[in-house]
This record gives sequence, structure tokens and C-alpha cells, in this order.
Amino acid sequence: MPYQVVIGLEVHAELQTRSKMFCACAVVDPTQAAPNTAVCPICLGMPGVLPVVNQAAVELALRVALALDCQVAASSLFARKNYFYPDLPKGYQISQYEQPLAVNGRLPILTSQGERIVRIRRVHLEEDTGKLTHIQRGAESYSLVDLNRAGIPLLEEVSEPDLRSVEDARTYAEGLRALLRRVGASSGDMEKGAIRFEANVSLRPAGSDELGTRVEIKNLNSFRAMESAIRDQVARQSATLDAGGQVQQETLGWDDLNNTTFSQRSKEEAHDYRYFPEPDLPPLAVDDVWQARVRAALPELPHAQLQRFMTQYDLPETDARLLTEDAATAAYFDHLAAPQHGIAPRAAANWLLGEVFAWLNQTGGGMGSLPLTPAGLAELVRLQEDGTVNLPTAKRVLASMLESGRGAGEIIAQEGLSQVSDGELIAGLVHQVLDEHSHELAAYLSGKDTLVNWFFGQVMRLAGGKANPAVVRQELERQLHSKKA
Amino acid sequence: MLCDLPAHELTRLLKARQVSALEILEDSLKRIDQVDGRPGTLTPGEITAEDQCKVHAFITLTAERARAQAQAVDDKIAAGEDPGALAGAPVTIKDIFTVAGVPSTAASRILANFIAPYSATPVVRMEQAGALVLGKVNLDEFTYGSSTESSAFQPSTRNPWNTERVPGGSSGGSAAAVAAGEGALSLGTDTAGSIRQPAAFCGVVGMKPTYGRVSRYGLIAFGSSLDCPGPLARNVRDAAQMLQVIAGRDRRDSTSANRPVEDYLAGLEGGVKGLRIGLSPDYFRITFPDPANGEYIQQPLPQEIEAAVLRAAQVYASLGAEIVEDVPMPNTRYGIPAYFVISRVEAASNLHRYDGVKYGYRTPKPQTDLRQLYRASRAEGFGRQPKLRILMGMYVSAAQYSAQYYQRALRVRTLIRSDFEQAFDSANPRRIDLLLTPTTPTTAFPMGAVYGDSVLMQYADQLTVPANHAGTPGLSIPAGLAADGLPLGIQLLGADFSEALLLRAARAYEAATASQPSEGYKKK
Amino acid sequence: MSLTLAEVEHIAALARLELTPEEKERFRAQLSAILDYADRLQAVETSDIPPTSSVLPPHSALRPDEPRPGLSLGEALTNAPLTEDDQFRVPPVLE
Repeated sequence: MPYQVVIGLEVHAELQTRSKMFCACAVVDPTQAAPNTAVCPICLGMPGVLPVVNQAAVELALRVALALDCQVAASSLFARKNYFYPDLPKGYQISQYEQPLAVNGRLPILTSQGERIVRIRRVHLEEDTGKLTHIQRGAESYSLVDLNRAGIPLLEEVSEPDLRSVEDARTYAEGLRALLRRVGASSGDMEKGAIRFEANVSLRPAGSDELGTRVEIKNLNSFRAMESAIRDQVARQSATLDAGGQVQQETLGWDDLNNTTFSQRSKEEAHDYRYFPEPDLPPLAVDDVWQARVRAALPELPHAQLQRFMTQYDLPETDARLLTEDAATAAYFDHLAAPQHGIAPRAAANWLLGEVFAWLNQTGGGMGSLPLTPAGLAELVRLQEDGTVNLPTAKRVLASMLESGRGAGEIIAQEGLSQVSDGELIAGLVHQVLDEHSHELAAYLSGKDTLVNWFFGQVMRLAGGKANPAVVRQELERQLHSKKA
Repeated sequence: MLCDLPAHELTRLLKARQVSALEILEDSLKRIDQVDGRPGTLTPGEITAEDQCKVHAFITLTAERARAQAQAVDDKIAAGEDPGALAGAPVTIKDIFTVAGVPSTAASRILANFIAPYSATPVVRMEQAGALVLGKVNLDEFTYGSSTESSAFQPSTRNPWNTERVPGGSSGGSAAAVAAGEGALSLGTDTAGSIRQPAAFCGVVGMKPTYGRVSRYGLIAFGSSLDCPGPLARNVRDAAQMLQVIAGRDRRDSTSANRPVEDYLAGLEGGVKGLRIGLSPDYFRITFPDPANGEYIQQPLPQEIEAAVLRAAQVYASLGAEIVEDVPMPNTRYGIPAYFVISRVEAASNLHRYDGVKYGYRTPKPQTDLRQLYRASRAEGFGRQPKLRILMGMYVSAAQYSAQYYQRALRVRTLIRSDFEQAFDSANPRRIDLLLTPTTPTTAFPMGAVYGDSVLMQYADQLTVPANHAGTPGLSIPAGLAADGLPLGIQLLGADFSEALLLRAARAYEAATASQPSEGYKKK
Repeated sequence: MSLTLAEVEHIAALARLELTPEEKERFRAQLSAILDYADRLQAVETSDIPPTSSVLPPHSALRPDEPRPGLSLGEALTNAPLTEDDQFRVPPVLE
């Protein structure tokens, strides 16, 4: 029986603030900092402490909410989510429940079936928990708690169950991550846990409108884990339904090591979080003026930019995706392909995605570390396109530019790298090569056609690599042909 | 005796270099030595006959620390610098506030060894104003109670007027200390009357400011939307001066009011001429459901209590105030049930953090399972009253009951507040400036009696808790002695941020009646 | 409103409180009585009345995003019942 897969994603993103959500402790990288060295009475949940909201966290949350086209509440409430766990110092998490910061947004994604809109149910602010590390030492089993991460601002985005395939889920997750990075809200570094996913998966008979029972899978810390977990769950649910059984609503964790889900019974009892409005915080006021300012300052968003690059520059989707992956690259390309530089966008794309990216990969830096302006690169591309230098030379010139900081024209002039296209000169070189290699010439004339490439190489070598390849080929063909006669 | 002088008088003498801070301190320490007996501990053993004659206000005495503070004040005076508005005033701190480097116990085993790394904002402000902190005084465990008896630190505090009686609660240690001359001032908290009721029982002045007027940072939380830190003192001027020092916005408390602090002393002697002071029939009786059939019945307050308030009304009338009778406050009867629900939801949540992981008591029994660690530590660390409140709070905030209990209580709270809004509304032709009521339906009851069947004791908070729901301020001032020789208190209630008016009216009554409750102590 | 022992046990489990049999019965009786009293609120007409979860108006109490030093490691751990490797140590969650 054909089933339709229905997926909703919940994304938790750490916001790139300098201090925590409710206290002034520095936000540190919990994988680097020594344990419990970025804590204070507030994030330790000591008796008598009170939370104070970080303005920058609200600002970043607003950017995301408005970028997702949400309705932002002029007044929203923080709420306590009560449960017991060692990584939760107060025994409750300050989150938002009944009146969140924003609702009813949308994120367009480009799938194999074209553009789809994924609806965003809500976006809200909360604080992160600490880190619990399980230790097994022989027969001894225990856990250690580091509270450096406790209190770091988190933004939670919940989608409607609008996703219909694993691929869609992946595209959505990547798109949301790109948006979060683009507006400067989150680093998006999944290895450091800056973004975490939870998937809600259900199946229903194809054509049905009703939602099936959903299973929640937590602890998905990479795209790969997300895809594997969803596929695994779809397979399990299909099998259950095929056999005439019913899917049980449950919450599962994902074990990346063993590629399987496991039951999270320990948190099941915590289903009733006994939410109530946080009495220690007044309603969060976000007025129209603030919203308008944030909206006006939003950068071009990744999806819109992707569409623009494809249409404006006539680029294939793969190239456009690579060029718009981060704001710096896209901005560089917009400059590079600007009309005043006089180079074709496709050529610009080839150079940027090819030679320049290769250099960046090697040096390990981002676009910001590139010691080459768009204008400078454009000059080189023009000189290659107009035949002043051939392609291999141009690549060498680029390397030289990146190393020395000199301009293309300057390097070509100083080192006399101009491509030789003079017919007479080339004719002379070809003649010389054929003369000096009578043995090979004889072999060619008696049938070894492939030697034409060897002659080509010799001419290029004699020319110091600077000869116009097309002219060489043409001349070589002409002279060889005349020898045959 | 220096320790019996008003705080403002001590500061005056100090600044006039007629006495030193160290002398004031030593005198207070001598008084403590004479009257307090042993401080409360977790392992009191038997309560002796001697114990039963002492006040036992203290959990932790901080004599050395206070000496250093006194020395600093004396140094400042010697150097010609301003030592502060509370300079030299010996004060006690209800042990529900954190004081850095000193145990902050909340009168609970679960925090018996907790040394806070920071001090509560009101404490910091008092210390910066030159006050000498004598130590932490006793209270009902986590402030749950109205007699201080539920403290895990025994012997618990006794009423200095009659040590067979309770001092009230939860700020019992504060009120008793002030009454007995162990410090001139005390910092307490009022969540349902826990400053005003013990103040009335011990014959001192006690004030609950407007919610948000004084920072809650460093106040170990009980009912977060109800808790108010406030002053206890032996006279109105001292209470006003202390409020002046502790009031005001604190960036560490997002619920602290962003509103300038008035000068509470400037108009203190201004009198009550032309003020409209109201009396409400709803405050002269206890309205409660008949256990037999659930119908509301009313029990009038004891004649003596009512008489004290009426006498006060006469005093005010003679001072030129207009007395407005029959002010309706119809939702008063719902104060306690709404309080039960709201405060316990918040309390249960506020007590989640006591889990034996980061600080506080952890069960010494070896544990192999985290859940067992929680269960045992909390069971052994909490006393009966916190457990009861936690269980109740969990129940009424559970998803399936929340609408029925918690949501509904929040709406009833709006109704309670509307009684106050209506009474003080300038558009109301019968509007009043202040409401005059009894503070409590009884005088201090005997030790051990609070958990009995008396309606008056069960519903005692009915007269004080409405102001906590409404967020409005109130204070209790001594109004003489009852026939049983115990102090009586009368209460003044005002609109939001009307502390200056309340203090002015209280001062007028005090001046007119010149009552000196501390005389009662000297009788011993 | 009479609570059963089972309900008391359930709440106690949620609250992570171990109760003795005597406590269970005592609390059962006390809670039932208090809930009875709280039930009085059912009769109050509140359909048009908005809830007051706080007497405060919405206002801005936001903090600028400036990190400040907090507690030293020693201060953070000094009250801890049990630590190891500069972290708080707890038994594992067994299920």
C-alpha cells in the first residue's frame, strides 16, 4: 500500500550573542572551554537569582522571525517548562509557550518538484541546558555535569508537517540553516551543536487528508543523522502498517553510532511540563518601530538570492547554490559579474568556483581572506578572454597575483607573458620544431598521427607556453599537411 | 540602652560623634546574649525550660562581620566622610535573603550549609548605607507558615512579650528581634501578610511595599508574583528611612518597578487633614465556607480587635481625616483560596532547583540511580510544609487541572485587585485615600496551636493576603495591648506606590497615641 | 474533592519526593481539604475577567549584550555535594 510520508521539523539554533540569554556570562564554545568556568549564580540556578533578558538575543530572534515572514507579537510571554534533569539547574527551562514571539511564517525551498512553501508554525526564544557526560569506569557508572552551556540563548523554529520526503526535509533544514547564518543569528556549526534537529514523522495512506500517528525523533545533530533517522522511521512505520498494526506515539532518540533509534522513556513522564507564565519576567515588548528597523536591515535572503542568481546570471542551480552559500561569496560574485567589469557571468562563475575556490580550500580561509578584489580578478578574466594570455598562463598569473598582490596586467607585462598570436612568429616556431625533429616527422608522415600532439607540446615549450594554442594548431596542421604532399 | 533607641536616633548620635558604631554594636550583642538563648539548629535536642523563656530569633549570628562593618563606619566618620543614611543601625536579615559568605538557609535542612557567593540587593543597599548586619534570623521554612514554628532550625522563635506565644510568621524572627531590641531594624518578606502579621503580634511596625518597589534579587523565592521584601522597625520614621534605602529599580530584577522613589521622610509629619480614610465591613469579619454545606458564613472578629480599629478611626477623625464607612471589598473572601493555588504553583516550581546536585543537601545514603537521589534528598531535606506546598502546586498546575485551578485563580486575582482599584479610583464619588483595617483576627496565639481547628487562625491571612494579590502596599502599626497583654496591630492599605501616604498616616497615628510597644519587653 | 492515595503517589513521583506511608495518608487528607477550599473558586463568575499572572505592565527590562566575569570555578563548585573533574557528579539515569 502506498504511503505518503509526512514530516515536520523542529530546529533549535544557538544564537550568536556574546552573553547568555538571561545572565551576563560569556557564551563560550562548550567543546573548548574548561568546564564550569563560564557560570554565575543565575545560570547555576542558585537560590534567590532572577533572569534578565539579553537584548541582542531578541534582536537576532526578530531577524529570523521577520526573514521567515512571521507575524511578530507586540507582546509575548516567557513561560516555565518544569522538569527534573541534572543539566537543567533551575529544574525548569525558561521558554515561551502560549504567547510566543512569532507565528505563521514561511520558508520557500527549491526541490526536485520545483519551489515549495514550508509553513512555519512558530518561532520562540528559550535557554539551552548544560552538558551531561556519561562515564563508565569499570563497574562504576555515573554522569558529570558542565553548566557552561546552560543559559545560552536558543531560538526554536517549528515547521508545520509540510515536508513530504527525506530530500525535502534535508532541503528545508539546509535552507533554514542558510537563513540563520545569512541574517547573522547563528553560526550554523552543526559539529559544535549550534543547530540541532528534531523530526516528527508519520505516514498516511496516499490521498488521505488526515494525519497519522507521529513519532518524534530527537538528538539529530547532523544532516546525515536526520536523513538516516527519518528513513529508518519510515521503514519501521511502513512495516508496522503493512502488517496491520498501529503506530504508537512515542519519543525516540537517535543513536548515530549504531544507526538506530532508542526509546526515551526517561523523559516520557515529563510530558506534563506544567507550563505557566514566568513570573520573574514581564511580557516582552517588541514595538512596530523595532520590527520595522530590523525588517529594513535584513540582507538578501539565501532562497531569493539563489533564484536571482539563476535568472539574472543564467547559471545552473548547482553553481548558483555554491555561489550563494554564504553572503561574502555572493557579494563578491555580484561585484565580479557587474556590467562595468565586462566579463560574462558564466566565465566569472567558472573562475570563482574553479581556481579561486581551489586556492581557498588549500589555504583554508574564507572569502574574507582572499587577497584579490573582484576588479582585479575581472581584469585577469578579460585578458584571458581577449586572447592576451592563454588559459594555462592565466592560471599561473592568478597564482602569482594571489601570492604577490600585484595586478594581472602588471604581472603579464613584467614577465612578458603575453600570448603570442603572431602568425609569422608561430610559423617560424613550428618550422623550427619540425626541422629539429626529423625522426619524429618521418614517423608522423609514415602514419603515426598522434605525434601531432607531441609536436604541439614541443612548439608550446619552445614558445615558453605563451603561444596561442589555436594558432599553433592551425599552423602545425598546415605545415604538416604541406609536408605530406 | 542604645539597643532600644530608634535607628534614626542612633545615626544622629553617631554622626554627632556622641557614640561610636562599635559601642552600638557591642550593646546590641549584649542584648542578644541576654535574651536570645541558643540559636536555632538542625539538632536542637530537647527544648529545655530555659529555652522556653528565650526569644531564639537567630539562626546565624555574624558578630565578627558586624564588627568589621562598625569599624568601617567609625573610620568614615573619623575621616569626615558621609557614613550613610542607616549608619550604625544594627539590623537583622530574615534568613530567606542571601548574604555573601554567610549561610543562607531559608530555615531549611536542604540549604543548611549553603554559603551564597552574593548578597541580596536590599542587603547590599542597607550595608552601603552603613547598617551593621547582626545576623540571619529565623522564619517558617521557605516562608511557608504564620508562626515560624515550621523552621527546621529549632528552638524556633518566641514572642518577646510572652514566650509561650508565637511571634507570628513567616518573618517571626525579624519581628521578635526588633521587639526585643536585638537590632533596630529587620529586613523581612511579605507574601500573604508575613511582615504585617508578625509585626502586629510583636507590637512593631511592619510594611509590605508595592510589588516591585523593592528588588527581589537575592530573595530565595516562594511566590514570585507575590513576594515583597520590606522593613520592620519599632517606629514609623525608622521604617520610612529603611524603605528609602532599599527601594528603587534594580537591573538584576526585571520585575522591579521602573519608577522613581519618592522622599518618604519629607512629608512624614504632614498629618492626615483632609485625607479620606475608609472602613470596610469585609475586613471586620472572616468569610468562609461552612464545612457542612459549603455555603459562605461570616464570623465577626473579636470585639477587641474591632474596637482597636474603631478607636484608631476616631483618632484619625480627630486629626482632621474624613472617615468613609461601608467601603465594599466584596472579593476579600476569595483571597485565601486564590492564594493557595497561585502561590503553590509558583512555589512548587521554585523548589525544583533543590535537587542535591549543585548545592544544598544531598542524601548521604549511597545512590545508584539519579531519580532515587532526587527523591531521597528532597524527602530528607524538606520539612512537612514545603512538601505539602510542592504537592499541591504540582496538582493544580497539572495540564488537566490547570484551567480549573490555576487559570481560574488568576482571574479571581483580577477581581480582588479590582476591589482596590475601585476603592482608590478618583472617579469614584466614594473614593478613599487609604483603607483602615485590623491586621489579624487574633493576637499572638500559643506555640503549637496553629495547626488546630480555629477558624480565626485558619483564615487569619484573609485580611492581609488581598494586598499581595493586588500588588498594593500596606503596613501594620502597633495599636496598644489587648486584654491578654499581647500587642494589637492595625493595618493601613493604599493604592499602588502610595507608601509615602501610608507612612505619613501611620506617623500621625503614632504621634497622636505615642504608643511604646517596647515597654512590654521591659516589663520582663 | 477527595484525592486517592494513588493520586498522591503520582504527584509525589512527579515532584521527586519519597513519602512514607504515614506522610502519604496525612498529605492525602490535607490536600483534599485544601483542594476543597480551592474549589470554592469554581463558583466565582470569571468568564469575562482576564487573568492577572502579574501585576506588572509590559515594559522593557532588557540587558545589553555585554559579557561579564561570573564565578570562579572554585566558587561555582564550593557548595556542591559531589564533584569530579571540575564537574557536578550524579548517579546515572536508570530505566
